[in-house]
Amino acid sequence: MTLQALLIVASALIGLGLYGVLSQQSFVMLMMGFELILNGVLLMTMAFWSFGSAGAPKGQLLAILVMAVMALEMAIGFALVTAVYRQRQADTTEALDTLKH
Amino acid sequence: MNDLVSGIDIAFWALAAIAVLSGWRVFSTDSMVRASFLLLLSFMAVAGIMLLLAAPYIGVATIFMMAVEMMVMAVFMVMFMMNPAGLNPMSMVHQQPLAIGAGVVAFIGLSAAVLTSPLPDQPVAADHRAIHALGIEMLGDSMLIFESAGVALLSAMIGSVILSSRSGRFGPADPGSRPPGLCEGGLPAGSVPDENKNHGMGHGMQHDTPNAAPQDTHGAHGAQGS
Repeated sequence: MTLQALLIVASALIGLGLYGVLSQQSFVMLMMGFELILNGVLLMTMAFWSFGSAGAPKGQLLAILVMAVMALEMAIGFALVTAVYRQRQADTTEALDTLKH
Repeated sequence: MNDLVSGIDIAFWALAAIAVLSGWRVFSTDSMVRASFLLLLSFMAVAGIMLLLAAPYIGVATIFMMAVEMMVMAVFMVMFMMNPAGLNPMSMVHQQPLAIGAGVVAFIGLSAAVLTSPLPDQPVAADHRAIHALGIEMLGDSMLIFESAGVALLSAMIGSVILSSRSGRFGPADPGSRPPGLCEGGLPAGSVPDENKNHGMGHGMQHDTPNAAPQDTHGAHGAQGS
């Protein structure tokens, strides 16, 4: 288990998440892509904390902030999904074409 | 000591394989509920890697948080998706080549950056008291950052309640709302097809007219129309 191996695994998670964000049509699957990207970011943060900073406590604090960002993204994302559903009864990105001209 | 190190290595590679494979399966499985549990599995594997990295608090907190979050996600899947169980598999992807290209470029670019840049080498000491240090940091020097995260979470809660409520500042959110067509330029989802034409595109809802969908958004069965 080296820092390089950890960072490459995290890169794979970020790449998979980016694929999901760009390719999925339904909002909830799209948010799962964002979650996967943040999963990779969290792993990178902890890898650098563990191998690169001799256990500086601010690294763990940064990981907690990343987790807070995950919770924010979920809450606001689902609120937006609910608002869009009320307005358009839509659950896919294709239904939102108001700005597409 | 050598045995211990190789055991950690084996555990790391196994968890890394689980994390990446289940992360990939999230977007390739038909059942969306299953996809949310696969994402939970990916998070659990990453949390296991964090435990191996001697960060027990962050690892366990990730497991707890993600278990709850993925349950919420599964509930939302069942609420909003037209086909949450994947019983009738259909492709729900768009711009596939661009997405694959972007994902591969991101992975290769980040990996190249990792492999070519000089990385720091200051591993955490074996007897480092990580949780103690984190507690002192959170309620000491970095208390303002920690409290700011709490305030941000509170404002996100207020914002999500406002965004998702039906009656907002400018009146009800859903009058005149009309579901999108099931196909390009087609009838709105949830409307009963004209019996003479026999479209077969309705979802079995009981409307009087094909255009009755806009009035039905106040009812509880608006959620079934998607």
